[in-house]
Amino acid sequence: MKPAPFRYADPRSLEEALDVLAADPGAKVLAGGQSLLPLLAMRLAAPATLVDVNRVPGLDAVEVTGDGVRVGALVRHAQLLRHDAAARVQPLLARATANVAHPAIRNRGTTVGSIAHADPSGEMTSVLALTGGSVTVTTAAGRETVGWQDLFVGPLETSLSGGAVVVDAFFPALPERSGTAFAEIARRKGDYAVCGAGVVVTLDADRRVSAVRASYISVGLVPEVHDLTEAVAGKPVDSADWAAAGALARTLVDPDSDIHASADYRRLLVGVLTERTLADAAREAAERTAA
Amino acid sequence: MTTKLFGEPVRRREDARLITGRGRYLDDLGAGALAAAFVRSPHAHARVLDVDVEAALDVEGLVAIYTYEDLSGPMAEPLPVLIPHPQLHAPRTGYPLANGVVNHVGEPVVMVVATDRYVAEDAAERIVVTYEELPVVVGVDAAREARAWVHEDVPDNVAARHHQETGDVEPALAAAPHTLSFTQYIERSACTPLEGKGVLARWDADDGSLRVHSSTQASTSVRAAIAAKLELSLDRVEVIAPDVGGGFGVKIVHPWPEELLVPMAAIRLGREVKWAEDRREHFVSSAHERQQRQEITVGYDDDGRVTALDVHVWHDNGAYTPYGIIVPIVTATQLVGPYVIPVYRVVVESVYTNTVIVTPYRGAGRPQGCYAMERTMDRIADALGLDRADVRRRNLITPDQFPYDHHLTFQDGRPVIYDSGDYPGLLDKLVALVGWDEAEALRADARARGKLLGVGMALYVEGTGPGPYEGGHVQVLGSGKVLVSTGLTSQGQGHETVFAQIVASELGVPIDDVEVHTGDTRRFGYAVGTFASRAAVMSGNAVALAARGVREKAIRIAAEVLEANPEDLEIDEGLVKVKGTPGASVPLRTVAVLSNPLRYAFDEAARQATQFAGPGDDSKPPVAPGDAPGLEHRDYYSPIRSTFASGAHAAVVEIDPRTWEIDVVRYAVVHDCGNVVNPMIVEGQVHGGVAQGVGGALYERMAYDADGQLQNASFMDFLMPYASEVPDVVIDHQETPSPLNPLGIKGAGEAGVIPGTAAIASAIEDATGRRIASMPISPTELYDLMRDETAERTAASQETGVPA
Ligand SMILES: Cc1cc2nc3c(=O)[nH]c(=O)nc-3n(C[C@H](O)[C@H](O)[C@H](O)COP(=O)(O)OP(=O)(O)OC[C@H]3O[C@@H](n4cnc5c(N)ncnc54)[C@H](O)[C@@H]3O)c2cc1C
Repeated sequence: MKPAPFRYADPRSLEEALDVLAADPGAKVLAGGQSLLPLLAMRLAAPATLVDVNRVPGLDAVEVTGDGVRVGALVRHAQLLRHDAAARVQPLLARATANVAHPAIRNRGTTVGSIAHADPSGEMTSVLALTGGSVTVTTAAGRETVGWQDLFVGPLETSLSGGAVVVDAFFPALPERSGTAFAEIARRKGDYAVCGAGVVVTLDADRRVSAVRASYISVGLVPEVHDLTEAVAGKPVDSADWAAAGALARTLVDPDSDIHASADYRRLLVGVLTERTLADAAREAAERTAA
Repeated sequence: MTTKLFGEPVRRREDARLITGRGRYLDDLGAGALAAAFVRSPHAHARVLDVDVEAALDVEGLVAIYTYEDLSGPMAEPLPVLIPHPQLHAPRTGYPLANGVVNHVGEPVVMVVATDRYVAEDAAERIVVTYEELPVVVGVDAAREARAWVHEDVPDNVAARHHQETGDVEPALAAAPHTLSFTQYIERSACTPLEGKGVLARWDADDGSLRVHSSTQASTSVRAAIAAKLELSLDRVEVIAPDVGGGFGVKIVHPWPEELLVPMAAIRLGREVKWAEDRREHFVSSAHERQQRQEITVGYDDDGRVTALDVHVWHDNGAYTPYGIIVPIVTATQLVGPYVIPVYRVVVESVYTNTVIVTPYRGAGRPQGCYAMERTMDRIADALGLDRADVRRRNLITPDQFPYDHHLTFQDGRPVIYDSGDYPGLLDKLVALVGWDEAEALRADARARGKLLGVGMALYVEGTGPGPYEGGHVQVLGSGKVLVSTGLTSQGQGHETVFAQIVASELGVPIDDVEVHTGDTRRFGYAVGTFASRAAVMSGNAVALAARGVREKAIRIAAEVLEANPEDLEIDEGLVKVKGTPGASVPLRTVAVLSNPLRYAFDEAARQATQFAGPGDDSKPPVAPGDAPGLEHRDYYSPIRSTFASGAHAAVVEIDPRTWEIDVVRYAVVHDCGNVVNPMIVEGQVHGGVAQGVGGALYERMAYDADGQLQNASFMDFLMPYASEVPDVVIDHQETPSPLNPLGIKGAGEAGVIPGTAAIASAIEDATGRRIASMPISPTELYDLMRDETAERTAASQETGVPA
């Protein structure tokens, strides 16, 4: 459990980092190391060069505007979890990061790193999808915005080229008259979820349900957003049948079996968690609509 | 009087060192040593056709590569069958490095030595081993069916058939008013100490001597094994167990291949060599335990009293049997627990599989035995519609029946005779502690919160402190320091504290003057090891006897100095004094000085012991015949047989009937380990045991696939419970002293883990109304069970009204 030999680069600017990455197709970005280092130790990955971006200035900010929250590449999960202004604009951020691993890992692991890592068991990949977010990608060639639909290709696989650095992730603000909730079930507290669910419920001005979207953790190969509106569309928020939305969700997902849970069990949890989170999210949406 | 230390919750003296990073674990030693890494089999069963090391040779920093071809003499022979047994008719062991065939994933094939572990792994990665895969046997059922064989010459896969019976079971069953038959399973888990195994060896070529540090539970025997395998004289080998970061049984097995290969390489290379096991290695090449299939038939009367019990166990022993059949024998003999079983027959078939070897893991076969017996009690209660506590009470051995002879033969070849106990007392305390009789109110409260609640209990009796012996040495230095040494090792249990308490109490010295050393063959050459809840019983009594020897000598010498009658003397706070005569005293340290007549006065204290220090008696030699210089004593404790501790656990679980998550909301333990030396340490042992019990019941398993690949060989997927998964434990003690040893103590190390699986299975069954016949159980499995319309329902289910 010792990594294979690698070169280590410690750039002090983004340009320098991009140069090293461009020069070496076997190079990989190192952020919090909470996913990459275990892979190296188990020799499941053996990059020729590690480009440690931790000393690159300007990547550690959380910027909150009315449009949403922009999270810099070096922002740790813990920092986002504690960020009240971010939570006000997009409550899913704190709700989801609270479910990422344990405090020691949240103190090092970065939110952007977990998105770049593209693990369908990660919370933040799904949150990026559910909020309709995007990432800002830089390469030696320039800078571009990549929407979540174009980012996730497969488990642990993104559309980004090896030479790219994701400088930030942008999570749009929670729309008006909307509420969110996030819940997951893990075998042990802090473990990757057996199944997790994030939801957004949006009401119309009459407090009737106008949109319901959900995204699941550890269900499927890449994060997906499921529209559950039809199960409850137009229903008054207080009497909507969230169980019907849960039942619909069960038919839309395609989970896998592994040693911790069967596909059927995951499907069961999708239904239960959908129903439970929607009830919470609807309550929040109703409060925000009343206010 | 000196503060009484025996029985006090003295704080652990080792903790300050261990928790501030000043422990010295194996990998903290030998900073400049060469490092070893191993190429291990990726296949569960295969022939090794070729080992090609060519590509590794140009790795910079490579020092040596060894394969089976490089082994000679006893090293080229199979590893020892450490504990032979007449019923182990087909023992098989591996070789230090694979000789032609590999029998489980993880078996060592090639050893690489390099300047550091990174380089060693780089080289290991380049070695190409060609295998021819062979059919794989995984799991006790596949072994039993024997469509494929693990060892070519063992065509039924059966290593051992162990059989004991206390009467004629068939007629007894035929005569029973009721009988029940059922089959149940229990899965594998493992010790998984936080520190894996590790070995550091240094060869002194000038002196022809070998010093080995090993993270072991048995340094004296590792020493003997190394001497035998490497053909060295015992006096040229020393083995030291440094701080050991947990053992739980896996480190009692020896010699591990690495414990021989690392010293071999050190000798051949003339350099220090170290190997520190990594986590994956630990999962695939150390040891596991617990998988059994249990076929049980019980006869009982209308009151639920057992009249006959017939048990057939299929025990998975993994690929080899280096530790003999200790685990299945313990299952067979401890299964009967605290109950009167008029006629008992047990047959254990111990079978080979292409998986990691099975050797004792804390509890060592007892959790399985307890699971068999306690689930039988639950079934009887269910069938008769009786309370589970009542059925147990009716079957208990009563206090007037001690010593109670089960007419069985224990793992140490000695009879299973319970020395003392009060089992109805345990049960009464447990019922009160957990609120057994208020379960209906708890159930209603849970139901109101949308949860299913269940309670379960399990009782056990545990043979602890088996022989053959342990020794202790106590020496008082001229400085007043009291050195205590025992050969038995420590893995963090608190031996430094407990042995110091015992010696301080026996000798009458402040505990701060006492220094304890364990597991170092340089200090104490005769020992057995730390296993079977034996440290306190064995070494505790040995150091007590040694301290009594020192006390006697100190009093004899002091009596001369003080011109007093020895009977009038006492030792208190390190002072030997005449009872009731203030001022008439001599410090123990002075007695130590005087005990050693000197010619040379190298310091002030020594001056008092020279021949001119005082008036001598010219008619006697300075050291009397039969006496020895120095204030020290060595003694041994060798028990006639094991002493039997006991306990009762109860678990309260809540289950979410929508997600089938299982939460242990209350856990109660009543514990009897005889006289308690240190209640805080005993409670710590119980807590740790319960944590492992909960782990074994709800979280941990070895997830082998059909190809013999362990799919969860990491702490990410092997679900050792976190603190967040371990319930609060409430404990009540009962103290029934053992009549067998001077201190009246019984072992406490393993107890906490034993009833966990049985009690939690019972509670889940109570909550759901579905028969739980396979443990551990996870939410996904519980869901499968609950929606399976054909799954058997227990009588209780009609009451709990579980959704179908
Ligand atoms: C015990 C444990 C439990 C965990 N549990 C969870 C959990 O429950 N949920 C969860 O979501 N995560 C969990 N994690 C993972 C954790 O959240 C990681 O922090 C996260 O997945 C990756 O972030 P990082 O900064 O550590 O990235 P690193 O490990 O440094 O990198 C991960 C990958 O992303 C790439 N990368 C990182 N940053 C960038 C960037 N700016 N641009 C381009 N590529 C980049 C790297 O090259 C690498 O391929 C757990 C980790 C551990 C060790």
